[in-house]
This record gives sequence, structure tokens and C-alpha cells, in this order.
Amino acid sequence: MTPLIEVENLTLQFRTDEGLITAVEDVSFTLMKGEVMGLVGESGSGKSVTAKSLMHLNARNAVYSPGSRITLHADTGPVDVLSLRTPRELNVVRGGAISMIFQEPMASFAPAITIGKQMVEQLLLHSDMSKGAAKSVSIEMLDRVGISDAARRFDQYAFELSGGMRQRAMIAMALSTNPTLLIADEPTTALDVTIQAQVIDLMKDLVSEFGMGIIFITHDLGVVAQTADRVNVMYLGRLVEEGPVREVIRNPRHPYTQGLIAALPKLEDLDAPLTPVPGDIPSPLERPSGCVFNTRCSQVVGEECMALVPTNCRLDETHSVACHIYREAAE
Amino acid sequence: MSRSLIQASGLSVHFPIGSGLFVKQLLKAVDSVSIEIEKGSFFGLVGESGSGKTTLGRALLKAVPISAGTAHYDDGEVAYDLQELDGAELKDYRTRAQLIFQDPYAALSPRMTVRDIIAEPLEVMGLTKGRAETDERVREIAARCRLNLEHLRRFPHAFSGGQRQRISIARALVSGPKFVVADESVAALDVSIQADVLNLLKQLQDELGLTFMFISHDLSVVAHTCDHVAVMYLGRLIETAPTRMLFEAPRHPYTKALFSAIPSLDPDDDRTAQKLAGEIPSPTDQPPGCKFQTRCPHAIDICKSQEPALETEDGHDVACHRWKELMELVAA
Repeated sequence: MTPLIEVENLTLQFRTDEGLITAVEDVSFTLMKGEVMGLVGESGSGKSVTAKSLMHLNARNAVYSPGSRITLHADTGPVDVLSLRTPRELNVVRGGAISMIFQEPMASFAPAITIGKQMVEQLLLHSDMSKGAAKSVSIEMLDRVGISDAARRFDQYAFELSGGMRQRAMIAMALSTNPTLLIADEPTTALDVTIQAQVIDLMKDLVSEFGMGIIFITHDLGVVAQTADRVNVMYLGRLVEEGPVREVIRNPRHPYTQGLIAALPKLEDLDAPLTPVPGDIPSPLERPSGCVFNTRCSQVVGEECMALVPTNCRLDETHSVACHIYREAAE
Repeated sequence: MSRSLIQASGLSVHFPIGSGLFVKQLLKAVDSVSIEIEKGSFFGLVGESGSGKTTLGRALLKAVPISAGTAHYDDGEVAYDLQELDGAELKDYRTRAQLIFQDPYAALSPRMTVRDIIAEPLEVMGLTKGRAETDERVREIAARCRLNLEHLRRFPHAFSGGQRQRISIARALVSGPKFVVADESVAALDVSIQADVLNLLKQLQDELGLTFMFISHDLSVVAHTCDHVAVMYLGRLIETAPTRMLFEAPRHPYTKALFSAIPSLDPDDDRTAQKLAGEIPSPTDQPPGCKFQTRCPHAIDICKSQEPALETEDGHDVACHRWKELMELVAA
């Protein structure tokens, strides 16, 4: 397998009135072509900010540290994403090689422009298609994602579509430019379970058909288990565990991942008590020193948890974890 | 003394829409629902968006007008017929029935201290004699919700989602209600915090003898917290049973589909169970017969013309023409 996107030592801070706030710290990972990666974490864990950096899409007050590097292996050759500056350069990644699906489809479509017009507009921007060709490609895509009567829907506005239909249209729009990487930020969170199941099935079909890489951002481990090949777990801006989906869910190693899975209410065992991860996620203004999880961890092994940032320990070829418990094992 | 705190029969909430002079369309948000909520129970209400679960909750709080049917409240001290409640009695009911909102970020005023937020219901309803008594009650309920004195002086922005939800809970409980409607109260919280808030609700129910109506779209949360569950679809109650019974052997095809749609934590669980096609119809344009017939894989002619009534068997109610036949089919 060849790498699709490589993230190296990504550190990102936001300049605010209250000082520099660290959103992402020293995150590195590689996504292969055709691979589906789940990016899991709570609100404030930095998962969306990480994904947005891949398109250099963070707000103006974002400061990338000098060592941060993101390399996209597009069809035309490697692109150093963080060095892109002008809108023309950025077009190559934004909506070109990388497409994004957002959580709230109603907020992602312009309300006063028809779905079709928005789809055609981006095709004209990112390819040398004629207007007529763009229209037929758009209708074909709408049809492909299971929207019945696609030609009529093409001329409708977002508010005329139901929630599930809008999310399908969003997916059609994201895929019509034939991206090599699709970022889906909580694409099913706003949907009802029966519709969520439909959208998950659709996305699975599309992966096998189009073969692009997908980064699936979600807080729902069930959704990850059903869609992803690999999982990255983030906490307070750090990558704490990374591995194949089966391995991480069945045999979680980081105390945070273990806590997250234990906190889930399970349908198989209704008698099991619900065990929350104690405490609250600290404010990004008060990042703990040492391991970021030390304020809530029930398995603190000693002083090093408070003082030293744990390095990544490889448990095997594909599974790694950033926790002091495993340091000896790795040495 | 009756066992049930709330008993609703044929309860409907209809909203007229459009401003046409002659023909007003009716949106039937809740249509002829009968439920009974036992004292001290944790009653779950599930359904997709547009199923009417929130409206039913509000109707039982008398926060939306009841169009038809009856709803009876009896806590042992007082008994009210909610459909005709007004004046001083309605005011009294407000202290006995409270709502916890979904979004702890939107529900708390950013300009008020936590103390003032929690004290507001007492002051508005005139339940205390003076500031000293108000402070006393605020401190007591805050302590139960694990908020300390230091917290009471701060403003909501200083708190995390879980702490904010605890503030909302304290505010809802400060007037000493007997009946609490929790509308998607953990939906906006992270998983690691969600369990904490659920445990707190259960604990408060125990300590204060509360009766909860817990509205949620998350079936696994409902399965873990509720004693009894009712499933709604397009304004109708389609199935209700004790939690275990419902989760072990759902009878309605919609409930079955809802269960099979929950993404499993097991990556190898490739459930072949039927997935539902289509979406919930608009409440202004309801299908004839069974409300679920447009999406039901088992619909036959009778489903398209005749609406099934709620049938009770072994304390488990279901509204489906074919449920028995389908259960036998599965068993065979």
C-alpha cells in the first residue's frame, strides 16, 4: 500500500485574548490509499482541528509550529499542504484532492441556491468540464447515492430535502470531484439511527467503489467499529492510541480508551453498571503537564505521569499507545 | 392512593398550521396516546425526530395545550386533570413537574451566576420566605448535584458540559418536583461524561423519590436507565413494555428495525437484519392505515387501510396487525 497523506509532528495553537491555546500537539500518522481511518475523541480533543489542518482550513488565528508537516500524495505528485498560501494553490487540496462532509447538512448548503447549482459550481471550479457535462455528472452522482428522482432534486433547495436526503446530497457533492481523500466530520451524528444505518451502508459501498481514503471523525465508537479499518484515539490534542479497529476495540491499551469503552452503555449486558471516566476534560487553558490524561487516569504509575509526556510505545507493528505503563515493555 | 403518577388516555396534541381562513391543516404531533407512568419509575420514551416524543413530554408538563383526551396526575398529595388545569392549580403543578433540557450550553443564562440560575425558579414561583431560605435550598440541591459553594459564585462559561448539565438538573429540582421530564438530557454530552450524569439522575431519583420521563433517541442509554419504555412513531404510541421485555423480544417491526440499526461495537458483527428504507413521513401528510406501512417490510393490504389498535399481552402492548404472526415466523 502507498501512503495517501502523511502528518508529521503536527502542533497547532490558536492565538486568543487569553493567550496561545494548544489545540493539537505533536500528532503524527499516515493514511494509506483506500484506507478508512476513524478519528475518535471527545469534544475538545482536537479531532476536527486536526482534520481541518489537512486542508489548511483552520481559522486565521491558527499558528502551526515550525516542525509541523503534512504531505499529501496527490495524483500529480506530493503536495506540502501547510506551505500552500494563495487561494489558487489551496484549491488543489480544498475540494480538489480532498473533500469534506460536515455534521450538519442544513448548515453546509447555501439556503438560497439550489442543490444543483452548488454542485455544478464546484465542478466548474475544480475541473475543465462544461456546464452541461457538470450538470449530468451531478445528477448521476445524486442518483448514485440513492436519491430518487435525481433530476428533480437537482433543482430543489436544501430546505426541501429531508435530513437523510440532505446528507446524501452532501456526500454526492463531496464525491463528484473524485477526491483522493474524503474527510467526514461526524456525518451521521445529526441523523436518526435508521437513517444513520443507511448512510453508513452507503459510505461503505462508495469506499469499495471509488477506493479513496477516508478519515471518519466521530465520537461514536459503534460507528467506528462498523466503518473503519484503523482507529486513532485523541485526547486533549494528543494522539493517545492508534491501531487496527478490532485490536483497539477488543483490546484497548490506553487507560483513556479503556475508560471510553467501559463508559458505553452496552445492549448485550443491561445489568452492567455504567462506569464514567472520572472528572471532566480540563480546559485547554489548563493543560496538565506530563501526560494530558493524568487528571482523570485511574492507573497513574508514578511521578513520570505528572512530569513527563509519554512517548509513543509500539506494542506491535500496527498498534501503538502513548502511556507510561507500556514504556518498560517497549524498552 | 393510586400506583400511577401520570395516567394519560387518548391524549392528542394538534397544531393548526397555515393562516388560511377556511381550510386549516392540522399537524398531529401527538395522536391519541394512552400511557401510564408509575410512581418512582424511570419511564423511557424513544422515537426518531418527528415522532412526537418531545411534544408528549411537554403536554404532560402542560407546556403545550392538550387538544383532546385526558391526562391525570396524582402524587398522593394532590390530584389534577391536566387537560383542564389553570390558575392557581396550574401554578402549583409547575412546582411539581419540571423539565431538564437537552443542551446545557443553551439552557443557562451566561449573565447569571450559578447560584442565581438555580435560585430563579424559587424566586419566580415565590416558594421561599427570604434570601436566607433560598440560599439554604440552593445549597442543598447543589450539594446533591455535586456542586460546591465555590461553583455557585461562578458563571456558566467556566464549566464543562457535564458540570453545566448538573447545574441544569439542580435548577430543575430546586422547587422539589415529583415528576421530571428529561428531554435528551445526555445527548449533548461526551460518552465519558454521559455515564456520570445518568448515574446522578438515578441516584437523585432514589434519594428524592422522583418519577422520571426520560426522552431519548439513544436506545442503549434507555436500556440501561429505564424501567419501562414506550416507542413512538409519527405521533402514535406503537409499543410499550418493561425494558427487559422490550429489548429481549420487541414485537413491532419498527422497534425491531430500530434495534438492528444501532451500530454494533463488534467490527465483525455484520448484521443481516433488515434495514429500513425511506424516512419518517411528514406529520402533515400522514399515510392512511398503520403509520408505519410506508416503510414496513411486512405491510399487507389491511395495514394500508386500517390503523392497528394497541393490543396488550403479558404486560407488553403493541400496535401492529401482524405482530403475532411475525413473532411465530421468527420462532419457527
